[in-house]
Amino acid sequence: MLNLRQINKEACDMRYEAPSSIDQAVALLASASGEARVLAGGTDLLVQIKTDLVEPTLLVDIKGIAELREIGEEAGAFRIGAAVTGAELKENPRLKAVWPGVVEAANLIGSTQIQGRATMGGNLCNASPAADSVPALIAAGAKVAIVGPGGRREAPVEDIVIGPRRLSLTKGEIVASFLLPAKAPRTADAYLRFIPRTEMDIAVVGCGVCLTLDGQGTCTAARVALGAVAERPLMVAAAGAALVGSKVDGAALATLDAAARAACRPIDDKRGTKEFRVEVAGVLARRAAQIALERARKG
Amino acid sequence: MQEKVKDAPGSEFQWIGTRPVRPDGVDKVTGRAKFGADLAMPGQLVGKVLRSPHPHARIKSIDASAALALPGVKAVVTRDDFMDQPSEFIPAGEMMINYRDVVRNVMAREKVLYDGHPVAAVAATSASIARRALKLIKVDYEVLPHVIDVVEAMQPGAPLLHDDMITAGVEPAPKTPSNVAKRIEFGMGDVAAGFKQADVVIERVFTTKPVHQGYIEPHACIASVSEDGQAELWVSTQGHWIVRTHCARLLGWDVAKIRVTAAEIGGGFGGKTVVYLEPVALALARKSGRPVKMVMTREEVFRASGPTSGAHVRVKIGARKDGRIVAAEAELKYQAGAFQGSPVQPGAMCAFAPYDLENVKVVGYDVVSNRPKVAAYRAPGGPIAEFAVESVIDEVAAKTGMSGIDFRLRNAARQGTKAAYGPKFGPIGMVETLEAAKAHAHWRTPLAKNQGRGVASGFWFNIGGETSVSLSLNEDGTLSLTAGTPDIGGLRASLCMMAAEELRVPLDKIRVQIGDTGQLGYNFLTGGSRSTFSSGMATVEAARDVIKQACKRAAQLWELPEDAVEYKDGAVRPAGPNAGKHAPMSLKDVAGIAGKTGGPIVGYARLNAHGAAPSFATHIADVEVDPETGRAWVVRYTAIQDAGRAIHPSYVEGQYQGGAAQGIGWALNEEYVYGDDGRLQNPGFLDYRVPVASDLPMIDTVIVEVPNPRHPYGVRGVGETPICPPMAAVANAVADATGIRFTELPLSPPRVLKALGEARGNGQAKI
Repeated sequence: MLNLRQINKEACDMRYEAPSSIDQAVALLASASGEARVLAGGTDLLVQIKTDLVEPTLLVDIKGIAELREIGEEAGAFRIGAAVTGAELKENPRLKAVWPGVVEAANLIGSTQIQGRATMGGNLCNASPAADSVPALIAAGAKVAIVGPGGRREAPVEDIVIGPRRLSLTKGEIVASFLLPAKAPRTADAYLRFIPRTEMDIAVVGCGVCLTLDGQGTCTAARVALGAVAERPLMVAAAGAALVGSKVDGAALATLDAAARAACRPIDDKRGTKEFRVEVAGVLARRAAQIALERARKG
Repeated sequence: MQEKVKDAPGSEFQWIGTRPVRPDGVDKVTGRAKFGADLAMPGQLVGKVLRSPHPHARIKSIDASAALALPGVKAVVTRDDFMDQPSEFIPAGEMMINYRDVVRNVMAREKVLYDGHPVAAVAATSASIARRALKLIKVDYEVLPHVIDVVEAMQPGAPLLHDDMITAGVEPAPKTPSNVAKRIEFGMGDVAAGFKQADVVIERVFTTKPVHQGYIEPHACIASVSEDGQAELWVSTQGHWIVRTHCARLLGWDVAKIRVTAAEIGGGFGGKTVVYLEPVALALARKSGRPVKMVMTREEVFRASGPTSGAHVRVKIGARKDGRIVAAEAELKYQAGAFQGSPVQPGAMCAFAPYDLENVKVVGYDVVSNRPKVAAYRAPGGPIAEFAVESVIDEVAAKTGMSGIDFRLRNAARQGTKAAYGPKFGPIGMVETLEAAKAHAHWRTPLAKNQGRGVASGFWFNIGGETSVSLSLNEDGTLSLTAGTPDIGGLRASLCMMAAEELRVPLDKIRVQIGDTGQLGYNFLTGGSRSTFSSGMATVEAARDVIKQACKRAAQLWELPEDAVEYKDGAVRPAGPNAGKHAPMSLKDVAGIAGKTGGPIVGYARLNAHGAAPSFATHIADVEVDPETGRAWVVRYTAIQDAGRAIHPSYVEGQYQGGAAQGIGWALNEEYVYGDDGRLQNPGFLDYRVPVASDLPMIDTVIVEVPNPRHPYGVRGVGETPICPPMAAVANAVADATGIRFTELPLSPPRVLKALGEARGNGQAKI
């Protein structure tokens, strides 16, 4: 009898698997001989396959793995499955109230239709320097839970992307979830990106800011991250430090602007010039900090 | 079903000027409408094109043997499958074509001339096999130096695209070849003497980038050729008769052997007036003996179809203190792409057309470079020249202390004005659009911080051309109208309304279809804003033919002379002294006696429509600029234009809005980005930034009506003029907001921010 499945595999040279557990997914990826890719929403990967940018021999679809599709909250901390879509994030009122910057960033990706598919796990692992959700997650102090052949580990989001299309993950490892810490009082985040249009575009510069105020309105902690201004999303410690100890006033914002600009090492490309990216990085840092400040003041 | 909303109560018309539900709407919103890629045939193959990765290279050899050996591959075609063609220029819509170049653009011969130039095509049983087959075709290239920019292409020593290109229009003829295909010049009066009278003279040099038509539907077709050589082609096109002509010519087949059906079209804007895939699909179908379907990817659309020219334009205008222009000159250098034939000629003719001038000189150059061959794009050539002229007009007006509208009114072309390009204008609406702009609330509304207001006018010729229409009276009294110009912008609705107006019947008694090339006489394409004008004229003639035949049949039945019968209020009735002798016969009654009084009643019109009249427009744009990022966006926009008469005002307004939207994209963000390697870096809608809906305000419209006396209902073409004013309207608004005159499009944020920084440095920035 003809093995139709076998014939089909030979005809298209690509194997598709949809495991129901993380361990199965890891085993498939770890034992793959050719190029293997994790398929979440597919909004980047399918486009890359169709345009011959990648030719994977194995696709591991993780949307059937229940724990990767869940948002959980425990003692104020959130665990967000890597395959949760942007639309699902937006529909979670608690998450939206606690981490508006992260949810807004994830929902800047693509259109309403794309939002029903695109995931933060995919956005991170696509390893684009311009990914919108990544600077927001870095600013929020998020960690990722990674599962691989050697077991589970955690790492800060800023340690995952090491260059365009390059991740620090080892063979067989997948990002399972994002961990957003419990927030201190009067802490808030914000994310802004610059695009020439109003939507359906990719960040020319992106900036996430998360800051904490004390009871007197003085900034006691701040994290600032930039996207699309270097070979990978950047955590800019000096920019955060510019705000700490200040009332996030004009002088502090000017220091923040300068620190953000100083951290940029962009390229000239079809989306913008180096000088434009550097200048706008400072502008966005100031504007995002002002939004975060307003949110933090409201509690 | 039909909603009748009258714009003007008490109008002399029953249907003209109302807004019925569009007849093509239900099929489009429910997905029934069949576009280019929607037809499938049993046993069809997938056709794919191998495209050049080089901007300029000699093809030393092509070896497709490995591809042909791949199971599932049924045919491969290359340059060897197309006959060479002699050099000969033929009018094709608003552009000229040369089959020597068309055959080379469809399939490269000696050289590839741009990134994306077709080199070979395969037909295979699946898309993945076809893609794999393309990788197995071995092309041996000798890579040559390339040139992308128009000014660089004109320099001595620039890489030559065509070794035999001697600039035409230069006396004596140059001895050496260059990339300059043609020089044109025309004008009137004495420009030098005119500038001597000027109190104000402004001269500026502008550059614009090539921009793509951006139709949502990529090029698509399906071809089938029988064993005895009868060919069927289903295609998304603006003109299926011209597709038939081109394919017959390129393949050496009889015209009658090819039947072409126009699919519903998902946008064309001039870009679907030429052939790319069609002759290739037919050649593959003939070779394989199977139907072949070909659909371009968006990347292919950008790399190898359209766009319009990028250009380098110098404009100089002089005026007296009283606001009268005394001299105007322009020099236009247009990119043609890989083969000659940019729209520099119409661009030169449009440049100063809105104005009544005595001294004008325009010089134009048609220049080839290693880019895709340009295709018509909505008022081809006009928007580029008019952007430059309307920007300089804005500056001259300011120097004379007049508003942009008053200055234009002072110089506006009117009935009787002799246009610089030759003819004397008949009744035209330039002044009326300016007066409507001046009276519009938009013009008086205060601006907010960081905002500026710009105004600009525009002009397009419009054309007529060969047209056939048939109108059959069916056995139940309903009517079937068949036209041959594809419906891009509401043609079926407009034709239905004009026929119903003539016949005084309800709209839903007439169904309009676009016939295939076997069903009617020749029809020139939908372009030049001609189809409502020309097919409308033919429809009126066909309807009157039906009325005449109906009267004749009734006269026969009633045994009256033909002139004793008239058609009134939707019925045939005895007239004059015989009035009331017989009960009136409706069209249904007449249809009932058709058989016994001579057979079917069919109205027919075949004509070459003359009397197309130009349409003028004036647009007002409010633009806000973010002083920190350089981002500019349109916050309010009003498009005012003379329609002659709006048959279906909603469609006319849609044309105004669509043209404005495309022009705003051209002004703000659209551009082709080439790398140093001569390859296009942004072949997709992600990085080729057309405006999305949220980028635009509601575009307000005003329809001015100065009827065209040469059309039965006063129609002027309206589709193209609306893309002429927006670039200058936006740039003038940005100049008003920032104090900076931008001469380079697009006004993208990096360019605006850089200029703001420089202007702040020398104290000239307003924000």
